[in-house]
Amino acid sequence: MHDKTLAALSQALQSKTISSVELTQHYLQRIEQFDQTLNSYITVTADLALEQAKAADARIAAGSATPLTGIPLAHKDLFCTQGVRTSCGSKMLDNFIAPYESTVTARFIEAGAVTLGKTNLDEFAMGSSTESSFYGPTRNPWDTERVPGGSSGGSAAAVAARLCAGATGTDTGGSIRQPAGFTALTGLKPTYGRVSRWGMIAYASSLDQGGPMARTAEDCAIMMQVMAGFDAKDSTSVDEPVSNYTAELNAPLKGLRIGLPKEYFASGLDAATADAIHAAVKQFQTLGAEIKEISLPNAELAIPAYYVIAPAEASSNLSRFDGVRFGYRCENPSDLTDLYKRSRGEGFGDEVKRRIMVGAYALSAGYYDAYYLQAQKIRRLIKNDFLAAYEQVDVILCPTSPTPPFKIGEKIDDPVSLYLTDIYTITANLAGVPGIALPAGFAQGLPLGMQLLGPYFSEARLLNIAHQYQQVTDWHHRAPAGY
Amino acid sequence: MQWEIVIGLEIHAQLTTASKIFSGSATTFGAEPNIQASLIDLGMPGTLPVLNKQAVRNAVKFGLAIDAQIGTTNVFARKNYFYPDLPKGYQISQMDLPIVGKGFIDITLDDGSIKRVGVTRAHLEEDAGKSLHEDFHGMSGIDLNRAGTPLLEIVSEPDMRSAKEAVAYAKTIHSLVRYLGICDGNMAEGSLRCDCNVSIRPKGQEEFGTRCEIKNVNSFRFIEKAINTEVQRQIELIEDGGKVVQETRLYDPNKDETRSMRSKEEANDYRYFPDPDLLPIIIEAAFIEEVRGELPELPQQKRERFQREFGLSVYDASVLSASREMADYFEEVQKVCTDAKLAANWVMGELSSLLNKEGLDIEQSPVSGSQLGKMLLRIKDNTISGKIAKMVFEAMAAGKGDADAIIKSQGLEQVTDSNAIENMLDEVLAANAGQVQQYRDSDEAKRGKMFGFFVGQAMKASKGKANPQQVNELLRRKLED
Amino acid sequence: MALNRTDVENIAHLARIAINDEDIAATTAKLSGILELIDKMQAVDTQGIVPLAHPLETTQRLRDDLVTESNQREAFQAIAPATQEGLYLVPQVIE
Repeated sequence: MHDKTLAALSQALQSKTISSVELTQHYLQRIEQFDQTLNSYITVTADLALEQAKAADARIAAGSATPLTGIPLAHKDLFCTQGVRTSCGSKMLDNFIAPYESTVTARFIEAGAVTLGKTNLDEFAMGSSTESSFYGPTRNPWDTERVPGGSSGGSAAAVAARLCAGATGTDTGGSIRQPAGFTALTGLKPTYGRVSRWGMIAYASSLDQGGPMARTAEDCAIMMQVMAGFDAKDSTSVDEPVSNYTAELNAPLKGLRIGLPKEYFASGLDAATADAIHAAVKQFQTLGAEIKEISLPNAELAIPAYYVIAPAEASSNLSRFDGVRFGYRCENPSDLTDLYKRSRGEGFGDEVKRRIMVGAYALSAGYYDAYYLQAQKIRRLIKNDFLAAYEQVDVILCPTSPTPPFKIGEKIDDPVSLYLTDIYTITANLAGVPGIALPAGFAQGLPLGMQLLGPYFSEARLLNIAHQYQQVTDWHHRAPAGY
Repeated sequence: MQWEIVIGLEIHAQLTTASKIFSGSATTFGAEPNIQASLIDLGMPGTLPVLNKQAVRNAVKFGLAIDAQIGTTNVFARKNYFYPDLPKGYQISQMDLPIVGKGFIDITLDDGSIKRVGVTRAHLEEDAGKSLHEDFHGMSGIDLNRAGTPLLEIVSEPDMRSAKEAVAYAKTIHSLVRYLGICDGNMAEGSLRCDCNVSIRPKGQEEFGTRCEIKNVNSFRFIEKAINTEVQRQIELIEDGGKVVQETRLYDPNKDETRSMRSKEEANDYRYFPDPDLLPIIIEAAFIEEVRGELPELPQQKRERFQREFGLSVYDASVLSASREMADYFEEVQKVCTDAKLAANWVMGELSSLLNKEGLDIEQSPVSGSQLGKMLLRIKDNTISGKIAKMVFEAMAAGKGDADAIIKSQGLEQVTDSNAIENMLDEVLAANAGQVQQYRDSDEAKRGKMFGFFVGQAMKASKGKANPQQVNELLRRKLED
Repeated sequence: MALNRTDVENIAHLARIAINDEDIAATTAKLSGILELIDKMQAVDTQGIVPLAHPLETTQRLRDDLVTESNQREAFQAIAPATQEGLYLVPQVIE
């Protein structure tokens, strides 16, 4: 059963070849079997899942099902789920039972999807390897010595190991696309404002965006149909009509103009990844696309700008974790300052503390202009690069990361080297444009990822292009050995 | 040395909205702790703010009323600091681009002169919660009901030169926000709070001295006392060779002193930056015009109209237009009795002292405007004298009905029948024959003094009901006989 | 920009984060490394460029002034570290 894509499972459920309860039990059994090693879930909600599965079967029987009714999903553990611990991978929220439901998870519940549990992540989504979680690192099912990427590494590993049919992720600087690339999945980072952030615990508010992670573009389209849409509870949510993502999957690619940003293929890119993308280029040409070299001249400034803006916003967003109303509180605080300092010092992990401090510094008196304001100006330059590029091409094709998945522990003591792995993904977040990551091949058994970036609100087109590519390739159908 | 006092005020006015500025929680005062603190107000992870339209409307209304530039693009920023009554660890406020820019307001000083005070800016922000310091086993209790209540922070220029001017300014702002209906002005409940920036400089010096900020002064009386106390402290400090340190101070009304706030001692670095959860607020011209259309007649316009239309003095017009309720009351009285000066005298005289004595606001007056107006009509048509009117007024205040009913039931109509008055006077003169003789023997100057005696006797005999003019006239004639 | 120990202590205080004495050196080195990475953007001339705070540059929607929330104190305080009589408890606040 777990071999099937989400789309195929949906059909099997609708045609009653399988029941949601069977399917849910099957996934729960697989989690039991494999997750000891992989550590992709922080919390497994078996009782809740079976209850939802029962209800889903009844709904299917009653004929009022949606394509997601009865589909077992997992959610990145920073989407608030009412009555279920929502930890953000942090000791700070180890005891946090969310008192409300995020818009994204509420929409899945309404569609009848089943929640298997909450997946592991870099603490507060700050990381690119899922190693900074309070709950320990998640392992990549393609090679358990290696990281699954991050920060949505738990979701990536769970989908890749077939421990759920699809999962939610969030992408602040590449946290959906890079782990999708590291685990041979398809993952969509939507346009900023397309998916509601209500109930999605913030890392960097002007960059965060939730999106689907699944095996195929079609699966992502089905999930995205539920996730996307205006939400009055989020001031940054955009009131634009939502496309019919699945209906548009089959549009032909003839005449599609694909741009290859020369800056993304310069030194530092792993040769196998470059080869895989060049092979993909040929496939796209076969499908009728035109290829053009373009330039995103300010791309190299993205990392410095991002590592000012994201920590600055994070330093403020994470101030609410003060040991007063929820979350971790230190033992026997001697006074108010001690309460704050020790609750935060003990509750947050090292990387989170580093980013909070970098952010506080970048915003502090005397440094604001040189850091924060300068970063925002560069952000404008990067956005302008994209606007100029989309005058010439419809989408941009580039790698998701400079190397295939690295080893657990390899970069953990060197934050800067870890930051540099985000180089191809963070520009999209700074500009707010959508991007889809999809598998482009393998090297020595390790997945190689690529991504397509599009103009604002071009999610349907990106899903369509990825889907067409997946009709003529089979990377996305490969499963890691043993799963 | 001669010192000049320089004062600027920051007034925080809670805007009257049903719900909070960024959440759908109620803003009702005095609720049980934390029952009006929603997910957003508590700063729960993952929650997001959405701006209340009414708060924006109220701020724009204020801006228009002080002739200020409206910030047609205004932006919310985060002011970051840790405090237990600040759930998110930052306050959503406005920094570089406030909703209300430079404006001004005219204040009336005690001598009746008008002074113009500049308003630097006014911006929207969220209120914090409250720390309750009663002892909870050595802990403080935090109530977040107030967190997220919309505030308009009104920042004045350092234009005030005395505590009295500062109070006059604060009262004028208080009156204005109440006129506009954007703040209930209830200072006891903290709906209007004042931070006073106080400095001194040698007279004639252009450069400002170092200022201290006295936080959260919550009554007009305390504003005056706190400023005077602080000024005295600064003068003594400097004259003793010391230096004023820029700091935040707290006024202690029990000891009548200001003291440094320990909790705010360290220099704060608020790390303002635009709130990424909120987008720039664009105020369209049409919206501004719509709000302008809702503006009531403002205190200054009202004062000018009272002077122009009713011929009142600047002082009377200022007093009567000081609050919307006072002005409405006065106009009601005036409308009924059609005599503005009489109405003004009574409203500012008898009515005000009654309210003062009873500790009532004018809207709680036991005598309504139309009741008072009808009574004044009876003075005008000579049914009662001014003296009797005071009795009638007291009876009305005691809830004994309308003036006419009281006059009738207590038989207070003025006696205007000349025959009746003459008869009464004859009796009075007969009873005081000695004095009559004395009067007639006296010279003009002495007679003048004695005349009052006979009037008094006559009024007494008539129980105050005889028409005083007639009494005067007839008495004079009879004494001349 | 390289930070020194005092810088790091000040930042940690500003952010209300306790750092053990023995960790300050390592933290200082790591933060300095990050700032060095960030400082690459200082070379760029951005004169005349308008800062971009939000990718989409749209405007704020306004909510009607309606009370939509009801009392959920019990549920919210069930996850609080310390409460009494409906209040959140913190070490004594001194003004």
